[in-house]
Formats: sequence, C-alpha cells, structure tokens
Amino acid sequence: MNPEAKFISPDATLESVTEQISAIVLTQKSPRSWWLGATIAFALLMLFFFAVAWLLYRGVGIWGINIPIAWGFAIVNFVWWIGIGHAGTFISAILLLLHQQWRTSINRFTEAMTLFAVACAGMFPLLHLGRPFVFYWLVPYPDTMGLWPQFRSPLVWDVFAVSTYFMVSLIFWYAGLMPDLATLRDRASTRRKKILFGIFALGWRGSAAHWQNHQSAYLLLAGLAAPLVLSVHSVVSFDFSVAIVPGWHSTIFPPYFVAGAIYSGFAMVLNIIIPIRKIYRLENLITARHLNNMANVMLATGMMVAYGYIMEAFMAWYSGDIFEQFMMANRAFGPYGWIFWALMLLNVLIPQLLWSKKIRAHRVALFLVAFAINLGMWVERFVIVITSLHRDFTPSAWGMYVPTFWDWATLFGSVGLFLTLLFLFIRCLPMIALSETRKLIVESK
Amino acid sequence: MAQIFRRRANSLARAAIAGVVIFICANGWLLHAVYWSPWTTREMMPLEQPVPFSHKHHVYGLNLDCRFCHATVEQAAFAGMPDTETCMTCHSQIWKDAPLLAPVRDSLAKQIPLRWNRVNETPDFVFFNHSVHVQHGIGCATCHGQLDQMPLTWKSHTLYMKWCLECHRAPEKFIRPRAEVFNLHWTATNQLALGKKLVAEYAVHTAQLTDCSMCHR
Amino acid sequence: MKSSSAHFWRSLAEFSEPGKLRELSGAEFPPGASNFGNFNRREFLKIMGASLALASLPACTRQPVRKIVPYVKQPETLVPGKPMFFATAMPLGGFATGLLAESHEGHPTKIEGNPDHPASLGATNIFHQAAVLDLYDPDRSQTLLNNAQPSTWDAFMAALNDVLRSQAVKNGRGLRILTETISSPTLNFQLQSLLKKYPEATWHQFEPVNRDNVHAGALLAFGEIVEAHFHFEKAKIILSLDADFLFAHPNSVRYARDFAEGRRAKFDRPEMNRLYVVESSPTVTGANADHRLPLRAGEMENITRALAEKIGATSAAAAPSLPLEISEWVLAVADDLAAHRGQSLVIAGENQPPAIHALAHSLNNFLGNVGNTVTFSESAVANPIRQTDSMRELIQALSQDQVDALIIFGGNPVFTAPADFHFAENMARAKFQVHLSADVNETSSLCAWHIPQNHFLETWSDARAFDGTTSIVQPLILPLYAGKSAHELLDLMISPPGRSDYEIVREFWRAQNPGDDFESNWRRALHDGLVANTALPAKNVSLRPFELPGPKNNLPILEVTFRPDATIYDGRFANNGWLQELPRPVTKLVWDNAALVSPALAAKENLANGDVVELACEHRVLKIPAWITPGQPENSIALQFGGGRTRVGTVGQNAGSNVFKLRTSAALWFVGGAHLKKTGEKFPLVTTQTQRTVDSEDRQIFREATLNQFFADKNVIQKTSEDPHKNDTLFDPPEFQYAGYRWGMAIDLSACIGCSACTIACQAENNIPIVGKTEVGRGRVLHWIRVDHYFRGPPENPEMFHQPVPCMHCENAPCELVCPVGATLHDHEGLNLQVYNRCVGTRYCSNNCPYKVRRFNFFQYADYENANLKPLWNPNVTVRWRGVMEKCTYCIQRISEARIGSENANRRLRDGEIKTACQQVCPAQAIAFGDLSDPDSRASKLKSHPLNFSMLGELNTRPRTTYLAKLRNPNPQLA
Repeated sequence: MNPEAKFISPDATLESVTEQISAIVLTQKSPRSWWLGATIAFALLMLFFFAVAWLLYRGVGIWGINIPIAWGFAIVNFVWWIGIGHAGTFISAILLLLHQQWRTSINRFTEAMTLFAVACAGMFPLLHLGRPFVFYWLVPYPDTMGLWPQFRSPLVWDVFAVSTYFMVSLIFWYAGLMPDLATLRDRASTRRKKILFGIFALGWRGSAAHWQNHQSAYLLLAGLAAPLVLSVHSVVSFDFSVAIVPGWHSTIFPPYFVAGAIYSGFAMVLNIIIPIRKIYRLENLITARHLNNMANVMLATGMMVAYGYIMEAFMAWYSGDIFEQFMMANRAFGPYGWIFWALMLLNVLIPQLLWSKKIRAHRVALFLVAFAINLGMWVERFVIVITSLHRDFTPSAWGMYVPTFWDWATLFGSVGLFLTLLFLFIRCLPMIALSETRKLIVESK
Repeated sequence: MAQIFRRRANSLARAAIAGVVIFICANGWLLHAVYWSPWTTREMMPLEQPVPFSHKHHVYGLNLDCRFCHATVEQAAFAGMPDTETCMTCHSQIWKDAPLLAPVRDSLAKQIPLRWNRVNETPDFVFFNHSVHVQHGIGCATCHGQLDQMPLTWKSHTLYMKWCLECHRAPEKFIRPRAEVFNLHWTATNQLALGKKLVAEYAVHTAQLTDCSMCHR
Repeated sequence: MKSSSAHFWRSLAEFSEPGKLRELSGAEFPPGASNFGNFNRREFLKIMGASLALASLPACTRQPVRKIVPYVKQPETLVPGKPMFFATAMPLGGFATGLLAESHEGHPTKIEGNPDHPASLGATNIFHQAAVLDLYDPDRSQTLLNNAQPSTWDAFMAALNDVLRSQAVKNGRGLRILTETISSPTLNFQLQSLLKKYPEATWHQFEPVNRDNVHAGALLAFGEIVEAHFHFEKAKIILSLDADFLFAHPNSVRYARDFAEGRRAKFDRPEMNRLYVVESSPTVTGANADHRLPLRAGEMENITRALAEKIGATSAAAAPSLPLEISEWVLAVADDLAAHRGQSLVIAGENQPPAIHALAHSLNNFLGNVGNTVTFSESAVANPIRQTDSMRELIQALSQDQVDALIIFGGNPVFTAPADFHFAENMARAKFQVHLSADVNETSSLCAWHIPQNHFLETWSDARAFDGTTSIVQPLILPLYAGKSAHELLDLMISPPGRSDYEIVREFWRAQNPGDDFESNWRRALHDGLVANTALPAKNVSLRPFELPGPKNNLPILEVTFRPDATIYDGRFANNGWLQELPRPVTKLVWDNAALVSPALAAKENLANGDVVELACEHRVLKIPAWITPGQPENSIALQFGGGRTRVGTVGQNAGSNVFKLRTSAALWFVGGAHLKKTGEKFPLVTTQTQRTVDSEDRQIFREATLNQFFADKNVIQKTSEDPHKNDTLFDPPEFQYAGYRWGMAIDLSACIGCSACTIACQAENNIPIVGKTEVGRGRVLHWIRVDHYFRGPPENPEMFHQPVPCMHCENAPCELVCPVGATLHDHEGLNLQVYNRCVGTRYCSNNCPYKVRRFNFFQYADYENANLKPLWNPNVTVRWRGVMEKCTYCIQRISEARIGSENANRRLRDGEIKTACQQVCPAQAIAFGDLSDPDSRASKLKSHPLNFSMLGELNTRPRTTYLAKLRNPNPQLA
C-alpha cells in the first residue's frame, strides 16, 4: 500500500469525510469544551480592549519602558506573533510546491492561524507608538506637509512586509476556501445559511473550468506566498540587525529569525491541533503521521535556532569587540541572566526530547514540548530586545526593565484576540480542506 | 435542487467587484477633498471681526503703508498689530462717532484691548519670522495676497507646510527686490532670471531653506 | 572583589556584588499598576472617547479660530516677540549675586548671570536658575492669613497699630524683630530707624546656614570681624579644610571661575594649581581635589594643628599624634605649602569651629599669602552678629514672656532653629506674631499673622555681594499676589501708612547721593546692575596670638555632620521641582535627602542603600534612609538640611527627612557620640545613575591623565583610542557638505567642577518639565544634559570624576537613519535636529543612540492646564506633548535668533555671539560652543588641543560634542 495512506485512515470515504467536517459547522452542536474555551478567550479579549483603551488614554508610559529600554513587551510580542504567523503559509504554500500531501488536512487550519497571528502582530507596532493617532505617517501618501516616510528606516520596510504578507495569506486562504464554501452552501439546511455561504462561494459550481482556473490560481498564489514566508521575518529581523546596539547588530539575524519563526509556528500548530483533533475526533484525518512530521520539522528548525545562539556567542568572542563581548557576558550572567538560561532550557534542551520516537508519538508529551517552545520563542525575543538594550555602550545610562500590569495585560489580551478568532473560525468554517481531503482519498484508494 | 440565486446575481457580483474599487477610491478622494477644502483651510473665507476693518479702504483707498500698522514687520518675528491708540490717531478726528468704531473707542476708554480673530495662523510648533522674509525680498502679497482688495480680510493660501515648501524649495520663483516688498501689485517681467539674481544677491542659502530647523524648534 | 583600583565604577552594589542590584532596582521601580490610581466612571468614558478618537481623527483637521490681542497702548521700547533683559540681583544667605533677567512681553522667563557683576561674571549657580520657578510656583502664598484664616489687609493694619501703640508707650520693650542675614543697606537703614523709634526693641538675626564660625574665627585671630577674600586664580597650592568653596560658599560662583582659571587645559605652559581637600563628606570641591582626605569633622582641628606645627605657624599647644598615613599626608601638604610661600592658600569651612579658622588665618599669614592670595575686608553683612546667640537671647526673652510682638521677616525658624531652642513652643508665648514669607511654611502656620512676601523679581530692594558690591534689586513684574516686601512692611511700622518699596529704596539712595547727578547715577546703577565702586576696600589686619582649647584626643567614635542640601539648601527650595529633581552632585540622589554612610560602616552595620536607620544623639532620634557613599569618612554620617518639610506645597510633600531634629545650638555642624540602629524598614531612594557593573575604562568614555604624563607625551590621550578615518563610512559623500556655519561644542573636563548648573539652566531655557520621583526611578528623567559621575579606586577614598553629557550631534548619527518618518535628521549647520511635530514616538532613535541622551515623553509631562506656570515657558521653544522624543538642540532657538539677526544685518555671526544655556551658566567656563568652520573660534581652538577626544569615537559616529581629557596635578610625594 502506498505510504500516503497513513495520512488518512483507510476507512474514510468521500461521504464520511464530507459529512464529518461539514457537520461541525452545519449540524453538530458545539461541545462544552468549545464554549469553555471561547468564554476564556473572550474574557481575555475584553482585557485586551481595556488595556488598549487605557493605553490610548494615558500613553505608553503605562508600560515598563524607559530610557535606555525604549522597546518593551510591545515589540517582543510583535516579533513573537509574526513568528507564529509563519507556519500556515509555510505548510500550505511551500509544502504544496514540494508536493507534500500531508499538508492537506492541516493547511486550512494553519492558514487561518497565520492570519489571526499576523492580525495580533500587526496591532503592536501601532500601539507602541508614542502617538498612535498619526501611525499613517509611516505610509507613503501625498500629505499636506509635502513629506514622505524615510525609506532608510527598517520600520517602514516592516509596514510593507507585514501588510503584503497578510494580504497574500488572506487571498490564498480564501481561494482554498471557495470550493468548501460551495459544499457548505449545498449542504446547508436553512435558506439564510445557503445565501450566506452562497455569497462567499462566489458562485462556485465545481465545473471543470472552475477547477482548472482555481488550481492554476492556487498554484500561482503558492508561488507568490513561498518567498514571502522567508522575506517577512527577514525584514522584521532588520529592525534589529540594522541598529548598532550590541546584541542587535548581527548578520545572522535573518536566517535565524526565519528558522525561529517556523519553529514557533509549528509549535503553535501542535498546541492547537492536538486538543482539537481530540475534541472533534479528527484522529482519522489528522493522523499520528502528521504530528510526527511536524515534530520533525520542529526538531530541524530547533537545531538551526540553536546554531544561531552558538554563532552569536562565537561571533561576540571572535569579533574582539569589547561591547559585543560584554553584551554576551551580561546576557548570561547579568541581572537578566536567569532569563537567558530559561531560554536555553526551553528552546534548546527540551526540544531534544523530540529525537525519541516515543515522545513524538506521545500526544501529551508532544503538546508540552511544543508549549515549551512557544514559551521559549517569546523569551528569546525578550532576551534580544531587552537585555541588549538595558546595558549598551554608556554605563552611566544603564537601566532595568520591570514589566507592569499593563504589559502583561496586553500580552495575554492579544492571546485572547487570537484564540477568539480561532474559536469563531472552528465554529463557522470547515477547519479542514474538504475538497483537498476528498482528492486525497481518491488518490489513496 | 432549487437555485438560491437568480441569474442577475452574476451581474450583481461583477458590479460588487467594481463597487469595492470605486468605494475605496471615493474615500481616498473624499479625505483629500476635506483636507484641501476652504472649509478646512479657511482659504478665501472672510472672517468676522469685532470691527469690520477693511484693508481695501485703508490700503487701496487711503494708500496707507503696511508698516504704519504692522510696525515691527522689518525687525521682529511678529509683524505687529496696531494698538488701539494707532487706530485712534486718525479716528479721533474722522468717523469719530461712527457706530462701527464703537468697540475701538470703548477699548481706549475702558483700556480693554480689542480681540481680533486671527486670519493667518501657524501652529505653535512653527516659528515663522516676518523680518527675515521681508529683508530677503519676499513681498507681503506673496503670502497674504491682494490685501488691498479685501473689504474683510481673508487667508489667501492654505499655509500648509507643502505650500511653504513651494517657496523654500525654489525661492527664485517668488523673491523680489527689497524695494518692492510692500508693493502689492509688483510683478516681474522675467521672474526666474531676476529671482536667480536676487537669490544670489541676498545670499539666500537655498539648500538650508528646507532644513527642519528653519521653522521647527 | 576584582582588582578594582584601576577601574571606574559608580555604585557600591556594583563594586561588590551585582546580585544586590536586582533587589535594589526592585525597590526603585514601582509597579506600573500604580498608574491605575485615580480611575472612575468619568475617566473611563474619557478613555473610550480617546479610543474612538483614533478612528475619527482624520475628520478633525479644522483648527479653531484663535484671537490676536494687541495692546491698547504699546510700550515704546517693546517689540513683541523680542525679549528684554533687566539687571537685578538675588540675595541668598544675605549675599547678592548680580543677574540679568530675560523678560518676554513683561514676564520673566529665564535668569542669566550679570557679566559685570564681580560675584557672577556672567555665570550663576543652580539656585539663581531655579528662582523663576519659585516666582510662578502655584503653591506660593497668595493671601494674608490670620490664625490660618484668610484675612484682610485692613484687619492686619488695625491689629498691628494696636500693638505698635502699646509698644510706643514702653519704648518697644516687648517688640522683637527676627530677620535672616541682611546685607541690604536700605533694609538696614530702615531697621535702624525702627530701633530709633522703639529704643528698647531688639533686632535678632538667624539663619541655619550662617557664618558665625567664620566671624568668630576672625575675631579670635585678628580681634575684629573681617571677611577673608581668596584669590584662587593666583594660588598654586590650595588647601581646603572642609570648605566646599566651589559650591557652597556665598562667593562660590566667582571662586569656581577663579579656580578653573588655574585648572583649564593650557596650550603652552605646563602649570596648574594643586588642590588638597580634607573633608567630612564628599563635596563638589572634594571631587575636584588632586588629593582628598576623608576625615571626621571633629578630627579637623588635630590635623590643622599638626599642619600648623609642621610649618611652624603657631606656637599653640602640641598637636596630638596622628595615624601614620595621615601624618605622612600632612607632611607632604606642609612641604608643598611651604614650597609655595605667597602662592598658596588655606581655606576653612563654615562648619568648622573658630579655632580652625584662626589657625587657617595664621597659616596664610605665616605662608605670606596675605596680600597675595588672601585679602581681608569688612563683612558685607549689615550687622554681623553671632546668630546662634542672637536666637538664644530671643528664646530666653520669649520663655520669660518678655515678648509682646514678634515680627519675623522671611525664613522658617520653626523648621530650622536648633532643636534645643524649641522655637515653636516659645514662639507661641508671644502675644502677637507676624510672619512675612513667600510661602505658608511651618512658621507661618503657627503665627497669628502670615503676610505673603513678594518674590525678589517682584520687589525693589538692594543687596551687597560677598565683596561688598551693591546691586539694586529691580523687579521684572508687578506682584502676582497681594504681597508685601520686607521694606514695605517695615515702613508701615516706622511711618504708616507706608510707601511703595520703589520709593523707599530710591529715597534711601537719593539720601546717599543728594547731588544733581543722582538721576543719571541711579539709571546707570539699574542698567549695570551694580552701584559703582561699592566694593569693600581691602583692610589691613594684624594677626594676634590666640589661645586654642586643648587638643582633642579620644573623640567619641560615631559622628554626625550637618550640611545645607546641595539643591534645596536649608529647605526653602523644597517646593521647587527643578531643584528637587536635580541630582545631588556626588550622590546623584533626587527628591530625598539621606544619611550618607561610609562603605565600611555600612558593612559593619550590614546596611544596604535605602535601609532606614535610626540615628540617636543624646535623647534626640531621627529615622532616615541610609545611602552608602564612597569617600565618606568611616565613622562619620553626613546629613543634609531641607528634607521632611511638614508644611509645604504639593511638590515638597514627603520629600526627605528633617535632620534639624538632631541639630542643637551646642553642636550646629557636627556632633560626636551618635548611635546608629538599623530599623529593618526600607525606603526607595531614587538616583539618576544606578546600575553600573563594568569598568568603563576599557570603553574610554572618560579619559584623564596627570599633568606630568601629558607634558611628557602630548599624545597620551590620542593614543588611548583609534577613531576610524572620516571616510570609513558607507555614506556618499562621506562628509555631509557644509556651506555656512558648522556648530560644535567642546567641554573641558579639567575645568568642569560638576556643579550641575548646566543641567538646570538647560531645563529653564528649554521648557523641560519635571517628571517626579517615581518616573525618575523608572529611568524617565527628562534632563537634556546630565552630569555623569564616576568613582575610581578604593571605596574608602576613591577619586571622583564627572562629565557633562549633552547630545553629541553626531556627524554620522545612528538615530537619524532609523527614524521611519524622518523626525530626526541633519541640517546644513551640522545640528542633529529633533522635530517634535513630526515625531510619532517609535523610540527607535533612542535605542540606536550609543550615548542615550535622548529623552521621551512617556506621559504628558508638560503641564498644559496650570495657568500659573504658562508665563514661565520660553516662547521660542516648543512645549512638548505626550509621546514624542526630545533632546539637546544646542539651544537652536538661540542660534536661529542670532542667525536671523545677522542675516538681516547682512553679516556673519561672530564667535561668542551665540551662547548655549549650559555654556552661559557655567561658572567654570568649561563649555565652549561655536562655529567649527572658523579656526579661531574658541570651540575649534579647544578641539585642536591634543587633549581633545570623542566619546565612543570608535563607533564612527563622529560627535560634534567632544571633550578635553581631565588633567590632574597630584603631588609626586604622595603618589
């Protein structure tokens, strides 16, 4: 039998699959766990709104930022979320181009996750501005001042990189969604649902012509999206590597950030998919093989990230630059040393467990490792942003960063936003690509 | 299976696509229109004043020199507003009981200053200096327009930074001989040629004119 | 502990275990949740409004129409928008310093020194700079109070007249006047005529910071009260016995200049004065010493006697034996002094007993300094009495109920009088008390009557400088509130209904100068800011043999010393935010005073910074947080006045602890036999310079050499770093092209004394708001120029260095290319601009600034609401709003003003025409600003000096602000 078989349980038929997936949206009553999760997420979302309102009213001073540490949680969270937003497009675009069939049953889901993560990320650069009300000055437009943004600044590059990435991901995701929306339209029981899905299905009939255009468009978009996966986080990393701050000014950042991004992206996918496939009994579609593959990707990217850490330390020593050397020493043994070692534990040591097949096969263990990685990647950004800033060139101007209640509120609030969107998605749209799964079944039969 | 959508849904869909594009453009245009509309800029909009002072009458009719009232325009950042006594130098003789001038007489009697409405205003973070413009051959009319045609004074330009830069980026297009600064009707036969000459003569550092520090401190 | 002797370091925690830092910072950084504080329904609605505003903002583009209000009658001389300067003078501790006050449309905004005035020479100290803030202080007393209830002037006059009538009968036997130290000829004349009218009335004087010891010392040595005038510019060897003459002396502004003249980097001649300091607590003067000896104040006498003995200046009883290292030190100093007869100088501190002063006089006398580096004159003070005794008499009279009426002019005796006098209780025994004072303080609140006193910028008066030069104090503005000046109040008592202070002062001076030329002289005096040749003539004094108390052996171990606070003086400036937030020169503490303890003592008592300790002298107890201070004598604890005011405006509320509780008339300046107990409580003390856990010597941020090293090898400083070649840059062309001026600054670290006047002058000039203790603690202080302070060497007696750090205005500025909106960029005169109205507040520029000189408005710090403070703002500088970055601009408003003026006059600016605020105020003239394209400008000259270096030059930022390395002149004998 062909190896792909393991990507879907043999007894799955076209009908069963269609029924199973569309039922979640159309007929099935949401399980209690959904309500529970959604409620928590929504509560956090409210916290987010509250924190943001207070921020706009009082100013960024409510955070722990100061001089010298002028960038705090806002930027840490931004980079973290962008990173998480990488898995989706990576899975759907790059794996598609590589003809990896195992993407099929998880791509829809991860694409959605990408969109939501990027949406969260996108907020922080705006919120962290001293004057958010004039954020649009970063966008080139013919203004009354006869001025343009300064294109030498990486922050302007960010604007383009992130917005492009978001747009392409959105279209890509929607393109994939169209046939399924049609299916839902046809299976919907009430007229209202029919009309609603119908509108978004854009009159999809599944005719050969439709399929042909759709496939070529889909492939085209994949081709567009693939380079973006690499470019976005490279550009984000420029925010740091372009600056002269020891600990930021490093040529290794782009590849190391991309690797880190995919690392955390997959970690987040696992953290979400493992519970979901349990709750919605999707084990037949999202099989052990999927989890195993994702674990492998994490292991690979994890090693790259570890290599990045080693390289940073090596370069610091090798450069012979006293500021670089001090930065490294201060990272490991300064006031924030314990965070650095936490990072090493979470991002380098714990993931080594994935070498063992047992762990990769063990759902709970895998979940925990993935969680450790998500935590670790956040800590990594904390180390980069804050410990580099708090002691740079001029000792007389050193400081400490102590996060405030509002720092935490915005962080967890954004998690709330992310989860809320996710729960709504699960409830309202097919979280697994119907059409593609059908295709997979046909092929594997 | 019954169709939910009729045929025209197709054309509707196509229309919608166009609609979205139009909608976005329309909004952009609207925003632009609002920013540049006289309603926002108060360009060409006569402003009510406690006393309906007419530049037309005083400048065109009586041919008063600008500096008679705006005395410090050549020495200071602020062009100067005439104190009540300046008004009364004449108006204690002529129109001395005109009801229109009652506020002026009260001001002198009660020693309470007149409160005019500002016509030309720059934001607090803009430090405009009249003297340096006047001394370097920028005419009153260049910024304030044909004041001698204004029965009630209005703003002749948006005073947006973009507008300032038109001149600061190419002063030769506007500069005039010092002697003609207060002449509201002077026009050059060949502005560019003259302008280039004057820019050199008055030692205007054109490159420096677009430094932020010129106006913002 | 690593071999730290060669390393710069800043805080002891850093010196010993960095681990401590986290706990400390924990205490110093309050949780942000505190911002949640005043949060009610209405605010919540506001918040929602704010968030909505984000959405609807593009719509609100239309600006409201504002008014333009011309004068009814415009003053002849006034050109709207052009400031005018008036000469005036500010008395402090009785002595005046000549000032020029800048006035915009009739309200003073900034104070500069009067270049013609001998006590100023164009510079000022921090108190003069902050005076304008006091003028507009919203907490100033605004109404007359009777038993704390608002009352009327008539009511007061009625009450006063009753009292005076009854006093007239008994020749004013029950009438007592209490003033601070007074040098004003007019006021003195008025007091004398009051005493004529009421022959048995008494005039008392008291000020917590007085010159009793100095005068008594003179009396002891010469048999008369004279003031010694020191000429530091002529001195080669200077010995200070606990005298902080560079910072805390009535004439310190002038002394700093003269001292710096003997220090600053010379191009040719290899000479420089040498400063020895023996002191009981680290001071600005001590920080500038070539050799500094920390010593308990009580031991000062022994060492002075030993010195006198070595030199043979006195036949006094033999000095007690000294510890070896000290006697070696003394020997070296003695030799050095003896080797420079007539060129040396010995000065003793106001806090040292008369004997020390007498010995200092005899030393100077013996060394032939008198007439060369030291001259004598009468005191400029109107009536130099021993203030402590004067106060004691008053207290006796009060306690025996001999006082019917007590009229207090200024001051705050309830707060500042020696604890054993129980002034408050005794004052209550007087039937009628009046207090004339600018703010309702501890004294006013206990007096029957409080009368608001006019600020000196609202008053006609006169005062004398330390050298006697008399200035007319000229008001800049009509009194803001219904206040009175001392002159007016006195005049009411002498000849009711009284005259205006203008008439009083003018008529007094007319009496002095009845000639026809009075008018012209008067005008000249007002214009120049001083009355011609009123300086006191030099006086010949002859030393006479004097008896000294027996030598002090076995002193009690633990000693407590008292000093005026470096920034809030004796507490009178406690409500002045600028001064409260100005880092104390050596400790860098803000908003609080503390018990300065030596590292050794701290180790013994196991104290950390901020540990609240209980100090007990006799039965008096004081709770105060401790601050571990390197260079503090091991068994001496230094306390500063001014903290812990109980009746004070909003700013001064619970700032610091009141150390007057421990101060008794018997021991005004230091007391032995104190006891220290750790309470276990913690108090968050905040400094502007906390964690420094690395030697900055590798970083070459501060550079110094000894005089000999420098003249052995002129390039000793240049060798310490290799700055990249100017063309090593990606930018093309490598050098920004400059047509006209190229502004730059050079700071001479040898001249800089670290007094922080630059910081506060900058604050006054550039509308820099204060941020409060909590915000400073979180590292959000807003000062544009900071004075960094470093220690080097053993904590018990480290060398100290300080370095003013403004924006470097880099040629290749890292901040410029990271700003997404181009809000910070270069202009064609080489300035690194910060455009507030373009700034969106990404704070990226600050992250990328290696010097961390950029400051950010994390909240709305500038107070737009308070109408009282608005007239204080410099109208030529934008008042920054929330969320924008700001930084030193080289006072661009001054540059523009001057440039426009010169362009209108069609000429080029001359060197020195533009002075930045920090440069203008600097008493030591350590800062030079000018056009670098002009090779003869002072700035270019200094930059061409071999000592010139760029901070962090190896980063190729190519700063426009550079430093001249500090030169020290240590005695080889002590090396």
